[in-house]
Amino acid sequence: MDDMNGIGDMDGIDDTTDGLRHGDGTGHDDGTGARGDDVVPRVAVTPAAAGLLRRLRADHGPLMFHQSGGCCDGSAPMCYPAGEFRTGGSDVLLAELDVEGVAETVPFWMSRSQYAAWSHTRLIVDVVEGRGSGFSLEAPEGVRFLIRSRLVGT
Amino acid sequence: MTRYAAPGTEGAIVSYQSRYDHFIGGEYVPPARGQYFENPSPVNGQPFTEVARGTAEDVERALDAAHAAAPAWGRTSASARSDVLLRIADRMEANLEKLAVAESWENGKPVRETLAADIPLAIDHFRYFAGAIRSQEGSLSELDDDTVAYHFHEPLGVVAQIIPWNFPILMATWKLAPALAAGNAVVIKPAEQTPASIHYWMSLVSDLLPPGVVNIVNGFGVEAGKPLASSPRVAKVAFTGETTTGRLIMQYASENIKPVTLELGGKSPNIFFDDVWAKDDDFRDKALEGFTMFALNQGEVCTCPSRALVQQGHYDEFMAAAVARTEQIKPGNPLDTETMIGAQASNDQLEKILSYLDIGRQEGAKVLTGGERIRYDGELAGGYYVQPTIFQGDNRMRIFQEEIFGPVVSVTSFADFDDAMKIANDTLYGLGAGVWTRDISTAYRAGRTIQAGRVWTNCYHQYPAHAAFGGYKQSGIGRETHKMMLDHYQQTKNLLVSYSPKKLGLF
Repeated sequence: MDDMNGIGDMDGIDDTTDGLRHGDGTGHDDGTGARGDDVVPRVAVTPAAAGLLRRLRADHGPLMFHQSGGCCDGSAPMCYPAGEFRTGGSDVLLAELDVEGVAETVPFWMSRSQYAAWSHTRLIVDVVEGRGSGFSLEAPEGVRFLIRSRLVGT
Repeated sequence: MTRYAAPGTEGAIVSYQSRYDHFIGGEYVPPARGQYFENPSPVNGQPFTEVARGTAEDVERALDAAHAAAPAWGRTSASARSDVLLRIADRMEANLEKLAVAESWENGKPVRETLAADIPLAIDHFRYFAGAIRSQEGSLSELDDDTVAYHFHEPLGVVAQIIPWNFPILMATWKLAPALAAGNAVVIKPAEQTPASIHYWMSLVSDLLPPGVVNIVNGFGVEAGKPLASSPRVAKVAFTGETTTGRLIMQYASENIKPVTLELGGKSPNIFFDDVWAKDDDFRDKALEGFTMFALNQGEVCTCPSRALVQQGHYDEFMAAAVARTEQIKPGNPLDTETMIGAQASNDQLEKILSYLDIGRQEGAKVLTGGERIRYDGELAGGYYVQPTIFQGDNRMRIFQEEIFGPVVSVTSFADFDDAMKIANDTLYGLGAGVWTRDISTAYRAGRTIQAGRVWTNCYHQYPAHAAFGGYKQSGIGRETHKMMLDHYQQTKNLLVSYSPKKLGLF
């Protein structure tokens, strides 16, 4: 667990400059202003989380995230095999995460209604020790993905 | 005061086994793949037992046992099933203190709460559904002189239940009691953070249940929860947890055209009108306690009153008193009966709460008290502790919109009734709410205007049987803790009977 403190090393964050896309896959700007002039990534990944994603990719194939809300293990990102969780028009694709060592990008989704409350923050996917429930792929490894947040513009 | 010894240590009133297998078909069965996972106590972060790491093979075995048991169990008389539930309740009552200590040690919650709330409520819920099933009647419709429609309740068969970690025994009871009363066999998967206390419970009651009627499969969601929730062999899935997993379970259920009940949390407003402050009396004192209820169970409650809306007229006086009251909350060892707030249930839960303390500050919310992790030396070192925290800010901040599931309340003020209702309903969720006022008209209008399934009026955090509990909006589907939950575990069989010997005459 030496790499658990990767959040402190912001220079090492794997980032993406993808803008937001609608859940219908049309890829057009949804009006939140994130596309084009968005130099700071909407969603980033710490080195520790990137390492975990590489291991999960090796075991489970292509991956996806859907940010959860609500009680218990909510307010945390869930990682599934790509396509396991069916997204639709009620979801927003925040980013296609480009993770070194992972062949394809990892889409990061959130429900549209939840995004309305989150849009002023950018998200950093980290990983901590713990035992989350839910069906997220990493839980059996004794670790849990976690979102850290920064205000847009900081 | 009493300080209970940790389970398994000298002087303890209860002990956990060093290992728990799956409970399938009335006996303990090792996991098919032979794997186990460690179970730490959040009190000190140290593992105290290990638990079977279930997989699809174990789920299938449990479903085999449940399907073998379901037909006979479903045909038992209501009085016989009621009697089983009453005996379970009696056995729990005789062992209340042991159950309370076991639960506190596994979850981290203060034993004063498990002694006064979790376990006594669980006992009462078993008794309630024992009574509810005895009093349940079918119906008949006399359609004409010769034709009658009879409506019978029939059990669904085998149902899946996925239990959260915040009230492991009580939440299992909320689901088990109506399912068993209705005549179903159950495969239950406890949360991976709290997999063990239900096995201590089972050690007390297993002789009362026919083999296969209740089966416990432990393990992780992706390995054991998914094969259970997605199985075409379950007639219904009940889940308490968060929205993404709730949606995933609905997706699995849609593949099999099975019903679900879901309880997915909230961001419950607790509304204090100016007239609370009109007198310095018992009611004002009760309202301040009601504010402080955000710290109950370390805030790990789906209905945590995590947004407090305080009317502007007496905002300053109210908040000064509320901060003072919050600062009287005694943290410490959960096994001490004086302790009011114990440990968060897991390290990742602690980290998530700390991440929200961070974003709250970034968004400009003001910390009125708390705001930090608590680190203890000695026997509590390594445990997961957070100060009760009051933020003051704006309802559009993320700390007002997202469930933190920690001892954190976000406070804002409101001008008048309409303003209060607007803020209260400005949330994705609709599980709980609190309304505090001396004016019954205001109380009634507020309760009917708030889009939430449970509006506590001049009280909060009471969970009696016979009061329906469930969510509006994204908080879920279904109503627990009430006899209407029986309907969620039953089919309706209609016999349409003609008593006429005469043909219709069409053919």
